[in-house]
Amino acid sequence: MDFSFTEEQTLLRNMVQSFVQDNYDFDTRMKIIRSEEGMSREIWQQFAELGLLAAPFSEELGGLDGGPIETMVIMEELARGLVVEPYMPTVVLCGGILNRHASKEQQETHLPSLIAGESIWALAYSEPQGRFNLADIVTSAKADGAGFVLNGTKAVVQGGPWADKLIVSARVSGGQRDQDGVSLFIVDKSAAGVSTQDYPTVDGGRACEVTLENVAVGADALIGEAGKGFAILDEAIDYGIGALSAEAVGHMKQLNDATVEYCKTRKQFGVAIGSFQVLQHRMVDMFMEYEQSVSMTYMVNMKLTESEAERKKAASGAKVQIGKSGRFVGQQAVQLHGGMGMTEELNVGHYFKRLTMIDTQFGNVDHHLKRFAAA
Amino acid sequence: MDLSYNSDDNAFRAEVKEFIAEAFTPDLQAEAARSKNGYISKQGHITWQKRLFEKGWAAPNWPAEHGGAGFTPTQKFIFTQEMDAAGAPHSIPFGLTMVAPVIMAFGSEEQKQRFLPDILATNVWWCQGYSEPGSGSDLASLQMKAEDKGDHYLCNGSKIWTSMAQHADWIFCLVRTAKTEKPQQGISFLLIEMNSPGVKVAPLVTLDGPAEGQQEINQVFFEDVKVPKENLIGEENKGWTYAKYLLEFERGNPYSAGLNRSLKKVKEMAAEIEANGDKLANDPDFARKATDLERQIMVMEATELRIFAEISAGQNIGPGSSSLLKTRGTEIQQDVSELAVEAIGQYGFPFVEDTLASTNEPDVGMDGAPMVVPGYFNKRKTTIYAGSNEIQRNIIAKAVLGL
Amino acid sequence: MDVEFAPEDAAFREEVRSFIEENYPKHLIGKDRGDLSKEDFLAWHRILHTKGWVAPSWPEEFGGTNWTVTQKYIFNEESARFGTIPPLPFGVGMLGPVIYTFGNQEQKDWVLPGILSGDTWWCQGYSEPGAGSDLASLKTKAVLEGDEYVVNGHKIWTTLAQHADWMFCLVRTTSGDKRQDGISFLLIDMNTPGMEVRPIITIDGGHEVNEVFLTDVRVPAKNLVGEQDKGWTIAKFLLGNERSGIAGVARSKKAIDRLRDIARGELEDGEPLLNTADFSKKIAELEIDLTALEYTELRTLASESRGKGPGPESSILKIKGTEIQQRITELTMEAVGNYASPWVPAAEAGDNYLTIGPDASHGVSQTYFNNRKTSIYGGSNEIQRNIIAKMVLGL
Ligand SMILES: Cc1cc2nc3c(=O)[nH]c(=O)nc-3n(C[C@H](O)[C@H](O)[C@H](O)COP(=O)(O)OP(=O)(O)OC[C@H]3O[C@@H](n4cnc5c(N)ncnc54)[C@H](O)[C@@H]3O)c2cc1C
Ligand SMILES: Cc1cc2nc3c(=O)[nH]c(=O)nc-3n(C[C@H](O)[C@H](O)[C@H](O)COP(=O)(O)OP(=O)(O)OC[C@H]3O[C@@H](n4cnc5c(N)ncnc54)[C@H](O)[C@@H]3O)c2cc1C
Repeated sequence: MDFSFTEEQTLLRNMVQSFVQDNYDFDTRMKIIRSEEGMSREIWQQFAELGLLAAPFSEELGGLDGGPIETMVIMEELARGLVVEPYMPTVVLCGGILNRHASKEQQETHLPSLIAGESIWALAYSEPQGRFNLADIVTSAKADGAGFVLNGTKAVVQGGPWADKLIVSARVSGGQRDQDGVSLFIVDKSAAGVSTQDYPTVDGGRACEVTLENVAVGADALIGEAGKGFAILDEAIDYGIGALSAEAVGHMKQLNDATVEYCKTRKQFGVAIGSFQVLQHRMVDMFMEYEQSVSMTYMVNMKLTESEAERKKAASGAKVQIGKSGRFVGQQAVQLHGGMGMTEELNVGHYFKRLTMIDTQFGNVDHHLKRFAAA
Repeated sequence: MDLSYNSDDNAFRAEVKEFIAEAFTPDLQAEAARSKNGYISKQGHITWQKRLFEKGWAAPNWPAEHGGAGFTPTQKFIFTQEMDAAGAPHSIPFGLTMVAPVIMAFGSEEQKQRFLPDILATNVWWCQGYSEPGSGSDLASLQMKAEDKGDHYLCNGSKIWTSMAQHADWIFCLVRTAKTEKPQQGISFLLIEMNSPGVKVAPLVTLDGPAEGQQEINQVFFEDVKVPKENLIGEENKGWTYAKYLLEFERGNPYSAGLNRSLKKVKEMAAEIEANGDKLANDPDFARKATDLERQIMVMEATELRIFAEISAGQNIGPGSSSLLKTRGTEIQQDVSELAVEAIGQYGFPFVEDTLASTNEPDVGMDGAPMVVPGYFNKRKTTIYAGSNEIQRNIIAKAVLGL
Repeated sequence: MDVEFAPEDAAFREEVRSFIEENYPKHLIGKDRGDLSKEDFLAWHRILHTKGWVAPSWPEEFGGTNWTVTQKYIFNEESARFGTIPPLPFGVGMLGPVIYTFGNQEQKDWVLPGILSGDTWWCQGYSEPGAGSDLASLKTKAVLEGDEYVVNGHKIWTTLAQHADWMFCLVRTTSGDKRQDGISFLLIDMNTPGMEVRPIITIDGGHEVNEVFLTDVRVPAKNLVGEQDKGWTIAKFLLGNERSGIAGVARSKKAIDRLRDIARGELEDGEPLLNTADFSKKIAELEIDLTALEYTELRTLASESRGKGPGPESSILKIKGTEIQQRITELTMEAVGNYASPWVPAAEAGDNYLTIGPDASHGVSQTYFNNRKTSIYGGSNEIQRNIIAKMVLGL
C-alpha cells in the first residue's frame, strides 16, 4: 500500500507544472482558443520535445515507459492551465489503444510520428443516436477483399478538427447495440469519403461530426480481431476516465484555491466575505469534494491494470465522483465570485465550463452509476 | 503508487479473521445484531474485550511497553477494517483510547501503574465527563467546579450526555479549578471514582427508546464530591492541553468497512422485501440509491487508504483529514440507516423496547426490523458528537483553508 | 381557500390566450435565448402597449390595467405558457413604480409614457465594482453645481445598457456616518457627454451586461427623484417591487414541458430517455418542487390581495424559483447528452449556419451557463437567506 509518487513522477509533475506556468497563462490560452485553428501547433511540438507525447509508450517504440500514474500527473498539471491541446484523444485514447492492442507493424507505422508530434489522432466512437452506449453503433464496416468499406456518422469527435488520423468504431456484424461485432479501424482523415463538420465546443475545445461514405481501408487498418473491438474501446474509455479524473482534479484545485483567495480579499459590508460562515462551510464542502475526487483519481489509475470487473467498477465509480464534484465545485466557485464569476474575462468561468462538460464526456453520472452497479 | 498489501499484511489479515471467527461467538453476534445504539450488554462488552486482551490485541493504539498490540499503522488499519466488516462490538473507547493515552502522556508513574493495567484488561469501566448542560461545542466554557481543599478537591456540578455512565467505575472529568480570563486556562483533568459519595447518575432516554438500564447516555451529578489530589492528571489548570491531545484520538478512524457491512445488511433485507410483484432490491430507484451509497463508500475507502498510507509513511494526519473522515463517514452512516428505514416500509412501525432480551418470538415483518428505525433515530447522534459536523467544517475552514 | 378559478376568470383566461395567439409576432415564437435584437425585445412590448396591457401591476391612473390579483396571475401564466418575451423589468417593473410613488408631477408626465410605449429604454445603475451585495457602500459621486449634478464613478453589471436611452442610478451625494444616508436616486441620459458603456461578455458568450463609466457627467438637478440623500428608501422600495413574478413558476412549467419533449426525442439504448427510471424520476422531482413553489406563490398572492404588502416571503420565492430554473437548465443540458458540447453561435437573421445535432440541443449549455446568474443577481441567494434568517426567523 503506497500512495506516494516516485522521484521521477515528482520531477515529471514539476516539469509540466512549470511548462504550463511559463507558456500557458490564461491570456495565451484565450488567444489559442480564439485562433482560427483553436490549438497551438507550437505548444504541441513542445510537448513532443518535453517527451510528454512519449510518456505512456514502451521504450522500444521511442516511449518513456510510463503508466497510468504518469498520465495522471501530466493530465492534472495540464488541467491547471486548461490546456486545450489534444493530449487526451491523441495520447491517452488513441495512443493507448495502439499501445495495448495494435500489431507490431501498426505500432511501428504510427507511433513514431505520434510521439514526434507529427500526427494528431482522435477517437471517433460515439454516434448521434448512441448517447453514452459505446456499443450503440450503426456505422458499418463491410469486408471488401482484404480490407473494409466504412459507412456512417460519428458524433462529437473531440479534437477531430485537428486530427490527421482517426480511430473509428464500426460494426462488422451484429445488431445495433451488440457488443459483439464492433471493430476499431485506423482511418486517415484525408481518405476519400471522409468528411467532417468542424465546430468549437462550449468548453473551449474543438470537435466535429464525421461522415464516412464508402471509405475504403486496408486490412492493416483493423485493430485487433474483427468483431472484437468492443473490449478494446471499453478499456480505452476507462483509461480515458482515469486521465479525465486527473484533469477534473486539476480544475477543482484551481477553482478551490481561487475561490478561497477571492473570499479572503473581496470585501462587502466592511469585511472579507470569507468571514461569513455560510461561505466558509460552502468552501469546506468544495474542499471535501475535491479531496474525495483526488482519492478516486488515485484509485482508478491504480486499478486500470487490474481485472476487467475491478477496472470497470473503479472507472465508473470515479467518473460519478468527478461528475458530481466537478459540477458542485464549478457552480459554487461561480456563485462565490458573484458577478465576476459570470464573466468570460475571469478564468473561473472557464474551469466551470470545462468541469460541466467533463460530466458529459465518456458518459454522465446516471450512465456510470448503472455501469458501476452492473460491474 | 500501489494498492496491494505486502505478504506480512496479508498474513496479519488472515490472523485477524481467524481470531474473529473464534472469538466473536454466536451469542455475541446475536447481541451485536440486535443493538439499537451500537452497544451490547455490559457483560457482553467485557467478555469481548477480555478475549481481545488475551490475544494481546486489546489496545491497538498503545505502545508495546504498556501492553499495546504494537501494530504498525497498516496493521491497525487492517484490524479495524476486519472488525468492522465482521460487525464485532467496538471496544468501549473511554478507557482504552481516551483516558489511557492521556495517562501515558501526562500521568505520573504511580498513576500509570495504578490505572493502565486495569484498563488494558477491562477490569474497570471508564466514562467520559466532558460535556455539560451549558458546554457542548464550546467545551471550554465548562462550569463544574473543583475547589482545592488541601488534600482533596471538592467537586460540584454536572456532566451530561455521559455515555454508558451507568456501567462505569470511573469517570475522567474536565473541571474548573480557576477562574481565568481565557476560559481554557482554568481547567483541570480529574479522575473520579463513580462510587464516591455525592455522585449520582440519571439516565437520559434517547429517541431510539432504550430499555431500562440500556440507555446510552446519562447525566451525572456531583454534589460535594471529595476527590483525592492524587487523582489529578498532570498539572492543575493545564487540563485543556490534555483534553485537546485526547480529542485527536476520537477521530481519524476508518469508516468504510463498517459502512459496507451496514449497507450489505440493507441490501439483504431489500432482496427479501416484495415491492410491485418483484423484490425491492430490483426496483430501479432503490437500486440507484443503494448503488450510489455503495459508490460513496468506495470513495470513502479510497480516501481512507490515502490517509492511512500517509500515516504509514510516517506523516501526521492533519486536522483536515480527520475532520473529513468524520464528516463524510457519519453522513454516509446516516444515509445508510435512512435507506434501511425506506426499505422496510411499514414494518418500521412496530416498536420493541428491549431488543437485546432473548425471546422466541420472531420479529414482526422480517428478521431485524425492530432495530431499523431506532437505529436510524440513534444514528442522528453521529453528526452531533465527537465534534459536531459543523464544528468539523469550522476546523477545516480554519486549519486547511486558512479562513 | 379556493384554488378553482371563477367563471369570469376563466373567460379572462380565454381572452388573454386568444389575444396572445393572434397577435404575437410570428418571427419571435420560440425565441428565448439571449440573442435578441433591441427590436426583438420591444416588439411584443409595443403590441401590449397598444392593447393597454403593458403594465398590469401599475395603478390604473398611470396606465395600469386595474386587474385583480387573479387576473394578473392568469396573464402571467398565459404569457409564460406561450413563451412571450416579457417587457423588460427595468422600466415597467422597477422605475415606473418608483416614479409614480416618489416622482413629482413633471417626472410622472415625462417618464411614465416612455416606459409604457417602449420608446425609452431604461437600465439600472446600482451595482459598482466595490458595491454588490453591499449596495450601500456605493461610491459613484454626484456633486451639485448650480442646477446640475456632476457625476463621477463606475457602474458595473448594467444589463443591456448598450441599448439604453436612460439610466436610473444610485449616487452618493453626501458621505455621512450611516452609509445609507447620503444616497440619491438620479435619472441620467445615456447620451450625456462623459457616459461610456463597455461590454462585459459572460461565460455563455453573450453580451448582456456592461460597465458604465461616468466622467464629469452633468445631470440636470430636476432629474433627482425624491429628496436628495434619501435615495436609499427608494432603492429599497424598488428592490421590494422586483419580486413580482420572481418565482417564474409559469415559465418553469413551460421549460419542463420543453424538457420533457426533448427527453422524449432523446434515445438511451433505443428507448426514449423520458421513459428511463432515472430521468423520469428527476423530472418528477422537479415538478413536485415546482408545485410546492406554485402554491407558496399563490399563498403569497392571496395574502397580498388581502392588502398585505410583499414580505420577506418573497425571498423564498426568489431562492426556490431560481434554484428550480437552474435545475431545469442543467437537466436540459443533461438530456441532450453529447450534443451539449457543440458551441452554437447565436443565429443571425438570414444566417444559414449549418447546425449540429438535434435542434433541441442548440444552446442548452449556454443557457445553463447563463442561468448561473440567477442565484447571484436580484439579491444573491445567500443574501436572501440572510433576509429570511433576520426577518422571518428573527435571528
Ligand atoms: C449519543 C451521545 C453520546 C455522547 N457521549 C458523550 C460522552 O460520553 N461524554 C461527553 O462528555 N459528551 C458526550 N456527548 C456530548 C457531545 O460531545 C455533545 O453533544 C457535542 O459536543 C455537542 O454539544 P451540544 O449537544 O451541547 O450542542 P451545541 O454545542 O449546543 O450545538 C447545537 C448545534 O449548534 C451547532 N454549533 C455549535 N457551535 C457552532 C459553531 N461555532 N459554528 C457552527 N455551528 C455550531 C452544533 O453543530 C449543533 O448543530 C454525547 C452526545 C451524544 C449525542
Ligand atoms: C447577469 C447579471 C446581470 C446584472 N444586472 C444588473 C443591473 O442591471 N443593474 C445592477 O445594478 N446590477 C446588476 N447586476 C449585479 C448584481 O446585482 C450583483 O452581482 C449582486 O448584487 C452581487 O454582487 P457582486 O457580484 O458584487 O457579488 P458580491 O456581493 O461580492 O458577492 C460574492 C459572494 O459573496 C456572497 N455574499 C456577499 N455578502 C454576503 C453575506 N453577507 N452573507 C453571505 N454571503 C454573502 C454572495 O452571495 C456571493 O456568493 C447583475 C449581475 C449579473 C450577474
